[in-house]
Amino acid sequence: MENTYDVIIIGGGPAGYTSAIYCARALFSVLVIEKLSPGGQMTQTSQIENYPGFEDGVDGFELGFKMQKGAEKFGTKTLRSEVIGVELNGEIKKIVTADGEFFGKSVIIATGADHRHLGLPDEEKLIGRGVAYCAACDGMFYRGKTVAVVGGGNSAAADALLLSKICEKVILVHRRDTLRAERAYHSPLMKAENVEFVLDSTVSEILSENIVTGIRVKNKVSGEEREIPLNGVFISIGRVPNTALFKGQIDIDEYGYIIADETTKTNISGVFAVGDVRTKPVRQIVTAVGDGATAAHYVEEYLANL
Amino acid sequence: MSVITVNKENFQKEVIESDRPVLVDFWASWCGPCRMVSPIVDEIAEEHPEIKVCKVNVDEEAELASQFGVMSIPSLFVIKEGKVTNQSVGALPKNQILELL
Ligand SMILES: Cc1cc2nc3c(=O)[nH]c(=O)nc-3n(C[C@H](O)[C@H](O)[C@H](O)COP(=O)(O)OP(=O)(O)OC[C@H]3O[C@@H](n4cnc5c(N)ncnc54)[C@H](O)[C@@H]3O)c2cc1C
Repeated sequence: MENTYDVIIIGGGPAGYTSAIYCARALFSVLVIEKLSPGGQMTQTSQIENYPGFEDGVDGFELGFKMQKGAEKFGTKTLRSEVIGVELNGEIKKIVTADGEFFGKSVIIATGADHRHLGLPDEEKLIGRGVAYCAACDGMFYRGKTVAVVGGGNSAAADALLLSKICEKVILVHRRDTLRAERAYHSPLMKAENVEFVLDSTVSEILSENIVTGIRVKNKVSGEEREIPLNGVFISIGRVPNTALFKGQIDIDEYGYIIADETTKTNISGVFAVGDVRTKPVRQIVTAVGDGATAAHYVEEYLANL
Repeated sequence: MSVITVNKENFQKEVIESDRPVLVDFWASWCGPCRMVSPIVDEIAEEHPEIKVCKVNVDEEAELASQFGVMSIPSLFVIKEGKVTNQSVGALPKNQILELL
C-alpha cells in the first residue's frame, strides 16, 4: 500500500522526534506528522536550563530543530500537517491528515499538551483582546498597564515576575492560600512592589467591552465577590493533553491522559503513547525523550512478532 | 511567491491596494508560537501565488500593530480589497490558516 510506514509518529515535540531517532536507527521506515513546527512546547521557551549538556541553557526552538535534523539524518520523514482522524484498531492503522491518508504498522502518539483554559464564557472570544496564555509573547502589549495572572504554579509565578517588569501592576489570582510554585520564585515575587496577591480566590467572570476591562473574583473562604478593573488576564493554570482525537479508541484517564505505563504501551497493540500525553508523574523534556527511547524498543519487539 | 516585509511606508501599497487577497502575519523573533507559524506562512506564500503573504515585525512596526489592535502574537489577518475579512491569534496549522482565506 502506498503511504505505508513501519512507524507513524503523531507530534514532533521532543518525545516524537526522539522516538523517531531510535526507530529510524533501527532501520524502520518512519514518518513524523507535525501540524506546526518541530519542538512542541519547547518552542515557547528560549532558555531551557535543565536539559543536560547545555551549561548555558538552550533555546527550545533550536533544540526542537536539532532533534528533527538528528532524526532525519537517519531517514525519518516529516510531514507538516494536522492529524484529523485515526483508526487504530487492526493490524494496519489509518491516520487521516489534512493532506491525505497514511498507514502505519505501528503508531506512536506524541501529541503533547496545550494551555488549559479557564472555561469561562467569553474567554475564547477575548483571546487576543485581553486574554492571553503566553506572557513571554504578549507581555509587551501591556506595557504600563494593569494585568492579572491566574494560577499558582511555576509558570504562573514566572509569568507574574516577567510581567511585573513591564506592567504598572500585576495581580496574581490563585485559588489556594499559598502558591504551589517552587521556593525559588517566592522571594522575588514578594519583593516586587507592583505584584499584589489575591489568594483563596477564583475568577468568576471576565468583564469586557469588546476588549477586557476587568475581572470578577470570588473569595472562596468569605464568599465575597468583587470586580477588579484591568487591561489583561494571563491564564497560567496548567496544561491539557491533546487527546481528543483518540477518545473512544484508546483508554484515557479522567484528566484526559492516555493510560500507558513505563513501557509506553497503550491498551491497543501496536499503539504507544510518549511524553506529556501519557499518564506519568513528571512532565519534562528529559522524561519525554526517555519515553521515546522506550517506545522504540517496544515498537521493535512488536514489529518483530507481526 | 516570496514573502513581503511590510512596514509603515509600504503598507498602503502592498496591503491596502493589493489586487490579490493578503495574509498578514504579525510576529516577533522572541515569540515561540510566532516562530512555529513563520515557516508555515512561508510555505503558503510558495504554494499559493494567488495570495500575497506579508509579515510585520511588531518590534519594528509598533504603530501598525496598534493600528490593527494586535494584543497577542502571532496574529494573522486576511485583507481583501483593503478590508479585514478574517483574523486569528495563536499558532495555527496550515489547513486552518488556508480556511481563514
Ligand atoms: C513555557 C514552557 C516552558 C517549559 N520549560 C521547560 C524546561 O525548562 N525544561 C523542561 O524539561 N520542560 C519544560 N517545559 C515542558 C516541556 O516543554 C514538555 O514537557 C515537553 O515539550 C513535552 O514533550 P512532548 O513531545 O511530549 O509534547 P509537546 O512538546 O507538547 O509536542 C507535541 C507536538 O505534537 C503536535 N501535535 C499535537 N496534535 C497534533 C495533531 N493532531 N496533528 C499533528 N501534530 C500534532 C504539536 O503541534 C506539538 O508540536 C516547558 C513547557 C512550557 C509550555
